[in-house]
Amino acid sequence: MAVTRGFLGRRPSDSSRVPPGQYVTRDFPVLSAGPTPSTRLDDWDFTLRGSVESPVSWSWAEFQALPREKFTVDIHCVTKWTKLDMPWSGVSLDTLLSAVPTPASHALAFSDGGYTTNIPLADLRGGKAWIVDEYDGRPLDPEHGGPARLLVPHLYFWKSAKWIRGLNLLTEDQPGFWERYGYHNYGDPWKEQRYYGD
Amino acid sequence: MERTALLRRLTWQTGTVIATTFETPRVRTITFAVPDWHGHRAGQHLDVRLTAPDGYQTQRSYSIASGPEDDHLSITVERLDDGEVSSYLVDELRAGDELEFRGPIGGHFVWENATGGPLFLVAGGSGLVPLRSMLRHHRATSSQVPVRVLCSARSLELLIYRQELMELAASPLVDVSITLTREAPEDWAGYRGRIDSMLLSEAGWPISAEPLTYVCGPTAFVETAAAGLVSMGHDPGRIRTERFGGTGM
Ligand SMILES: Cc1cc2nc3c(=O)[nH]c(=O)nc-3n(C[C@H](O)[C@H](O)[C@H](O)COP(=O)(O)OP(=O)(O)OC[C@H]3O[C@@H](n4cnc5c(N)ncnc54)[C@H](O)[C@@H]3O)c2cc1C
Repeated sequence: MAVTRGFLGRRPSDSSRVPPGQYVTRDFPVLSAGPTPSTRLDDWDFTLRGSVESPVSWSWAEFQALPREKFTVDIHCVTKWTKLDMPWSGVSLDTLLSAVPTPASHALAFSDGGYTTNIPLADLRGGKAWIVDEYDGRPLDPEHGGPARLLVPHLYFWKSAKWIRGLNLLTEDQPGFWERYGYHNYGDPWKEQRYYGD
Repeated sequence: MERTALLRRLTWQTGTVIATTFETPRVRTITFAVPDWHGHRAGQHLDVRLTAPDGYQTQRSYSIASGPEDDHLSITVERLDDGEVSSYLVDELRAGDELEFRGPIGGHFVWENATGGPLFLVAGGSGLVPLRSMLRHHRATSSQVPVRVLCSARSLELLIYRQELMELAASPLVDVSITLTREAPEDWAGYRGRIDSMLLSEAGWPISAEPLTYVCGPTAFVETAAAGLVSMGHDPGRIRTERFGGTGM
């Protein structure tokens, strides 16, 4: 390992919760490839389509009526920040996916603004992923993905698609936006799967 | 999409610092020689990795400041007061030191001659870094794409690449506007104050020109500029953004 001359560095206070190469921030930084879209709640819906008998959609009101979960997780962004103990609330993907039988193995999340990202379906099931519309007890800010975003805390944050509008359920994996630009296909922060080939 | 061209395994490399130049008292350009570099596209960034004697490592992203046609690779780093990596790079690193990095990274916030225009480049503070690489590429390829540049800086002294911007503005194809947000010389003929819709429409292109816009800087700056352009009626699909982080300006 090449030591950098003159560098001492700061250590994270709790390294067991901070993946390699990450630092802890108190801010809630923003990463997106373009401007923040604004979708009226009247026009919003969430759709499961692709390998399903017929697509299922929830309007904003229908989505609000689904059983909710409140939970606190750590988030790791590929731009190197980690934020600990982030309080969210939303609907578990187990709840949403139980509405449609599907032979799919993967999902391509799609969002307002054209963003997409791919995730194995197994990573969205079993209490590991949500569609969240509240952060810290308040409606999610547009710049952080409001009205609703996907949240998959065990993967790098770009997998947690902002401004989500649905999942395309697929029987074969298909890379999304950043994945086509050379980011890792899966994105496990604990294995530092940042870029293609990591 | 040219998937094969974009997807190449990124390995850590070591560059040797050959020069460091202060752009302002807090901002330094670091130029390094790299034995094996496959080139980059204007707008891409690098990841820098620092290692302490006990093995502790940390990484940060820095945009590539040099043009694709330049002889050496460089980055320009702004020192944040309590910044772990930026204070090292600005205060401590010196010529002869070795720096570990990998890249180039990113395929969206890039501009090449073939990407077309007209171009509108909007920079807040050190957000000028990747846009300077685009401007150098524009010049090196004698691009005929018309460019308008809008830079926001606290004061004229704190504007990075001042000299180079003046030289670029000599081209009939490149228009440079500068707004100073805190302090301006008495005889200042440029803009004053933070960017808003008025300034974006004066310094930028009319909607009918269908410009391709790149906005870069601290998060709050990028949010304001991009939202302003969209609310004026510009196509969000032709606005590309790079947020450097931080919440303030
Ligand atoms: C794609 C990309 C390209 C970038 N290119 C450049 C570049 O060309 N030049 C450059 O100087 N920086 C650039 N940055 C920012 C850079 O990666 C670091 O975030 C920055 O240098 C701060 O790191 P640090 O270790 O010094 O500060 P840290 O120790 O990480 O943070 C210190 C404090 O500053 C806050 N902070 C972190 N980043 C910023 C910021 N950008 N602005 C204001 N406050 C902040 C933190 O929340 C914290 O409170 C880029 C970031 C990205 C994601």
